[in-house]
Amino acid sequence: MRIPCPHCGDRDHREFEYLGSAKLLDRPDNRDAVAFHDYVYLRTNPLGENAELWQHVMGCAAWLYVVRNVTTHEIIGVKLARDVREATR
Amino acid sequence: MHYSALQILKNGLTGNKGWKPVWRNPEPKKSYDIVIIGGGGHGLSTAYYLAKTYGIRNIAVLEKGYLGGGNVGRNTTIVRANYLIDGNLEFYSHSLKLWENLEQELNYNVMLSQRGCLMLAHNDGQYDAMARRGNSNLATGDDAVLMSANDVRAFTPYLNFDDARFPIRGGLLQRTGGTARHDAVAWGYARGADMRGVDLIQNCEVTGFRIESGTIKGVETSRGYIGAGKVGMSVAGRTSQVAEMAGLRLPIESHVLQAFVTEAVKPVIDTVISFGMGHFYISQSDKGGLVFGGDIDGYNSYSQRGNLPMVEHVAEAAMALMPMVGKSRMLRSWGGIMDMSMDGSPIIDKTPIDGLFLNGGWCYGGFKAVPAAGGAFAHLMATGEKADWATKYNLNRFETGHVIDDEGTGPRPNLH
Repeated sequence: MRIPCPHCGDRDHREFEYLGSAKLLDRPDNRDAVAFHDYVYLRTNPLGENAELWQHVMGCAAWLYVVRNVTTHEIIGVKLARDVREATR
Repeated sequence: MHYSALQILKNGLTGNKGWKPVWRNPEPKKSYDIVIIGGGGHGLSTAYYLAKTYGIRNIAVLEKGYLGGGNVGRNTTIVRANYLIDGNLEFYSHSLKLWENLEQELNYNVMLSQRGCLMLAHNDGQYDAMARRGNSNLATGDDAVLMSANDVRAFTPYLNFDDARFPIRGGLLQRTGGTARHDAVAWGYARGADMRGVDLIQNCEVTGFRIESGTIKGVETSRGYIGAGKVGMSVAGRTSQVAEMAGLRLPIESHVLQAFVTEAVKPVIDTVISFGMGHFYISQSDKGGLVFGGDIDGYNSYSQRGNLPMVEHVAEAAMALMPMVGKSRMLRSWGGIMDMSMDGSPIIDKTPIDGLFLNGGWCYGGFKAVPAAGGAFAHLMATGEKADWATKYNLNRFETGHVIDDEGTGPRPNLH
């Protein structure tokens, strides 16, 4: 897999660290135990397209929002995670 | 037919014409008392114990492909019971005891070989952690031998002891661990279940659940609707998809784990060895191939093939640990889809839907768990109670804080 980093260009995925589902961008109020359990532990784990968080640890260190097909490993789209979070606020 | 040396002799002298197909290939009935989804090691062993121990015979196992075609046929065949913490300790201890008697139990040669399972330590911290782990295993009644570097050198002289980066400090050996013939385990349980009247239905994909007022009524399949009193999901790798059809979201991600085998060579490795650095494990199959694996690739995947970086990583670990393997040629590599749970431990529990049960989240541990997981899942489905050896694999443990995190890596499935 090669991931096109918005800052650094097309790079081998070895340069990136995987965190998990992009749902982690949407952190609920931690006083809400039910919502927080869902946030930390539950996953949709879909077939096909999955929105994910990757960090370009061996490059610019930016957190990326990557849409990837988990069946074919095709990278469909990459944005800065910061931009995605600000757009949804 | 009861298998015995006499049968082999008799059939050998009569042109091997007496062997019969080992299981029937029945049409699905309109309904069953219990339907198990998934004809892998876990599903088949569950059906076997339901029929044998609990006397429930009106059972179907629904398999979308062929029996044993999933992870039970794609693993590195290691059997061991050297976990660290409560929940896993008693479970895998029980499983290993069942393994030790499995061939007699099933009248089927699963080729269990208790050749030992050696985990290596490369620094003082790791060595101390192994002493603790070994004590946990001894206290549970399992075997554990803490080995000095010299002990390891005598046991496996071909390792690279003086590697500048990862010198071998010692190891923890479980002499009762080893390997088994993975396909035979599925076939043996399938035969035992079929002999007791269980319908093993292949090429039958579950496409939906029929649930009325919170109670399971049956399953929609590619071969029509099948009614069921109880339904058990045992579909490692696809657990999230099957559960989603019942409206459940689970603490599971699916990841790809690769395994490798070399061309057959003369006997060289007579045990199972785990490298303490880089998660690499190797054994030699009875055919002579060196069978080895490493970590999961590290990102969600439903593709039964991995990427090159992990192939390189595993090959580098192999060369660091035992440079002699560089002379053998890799024959095949393949990938299996793991249910990676949020704490690295499995789930055997009821679901919020009455009559629907879940067995999943096995991470790397599914093969060695086959006997105990089938037994525990059968006990749960037959009696509604948790089996003694699997009381902690609760679905709601993430809500209540009772996670079983053997690796201590937190809710990061790609790190377990």
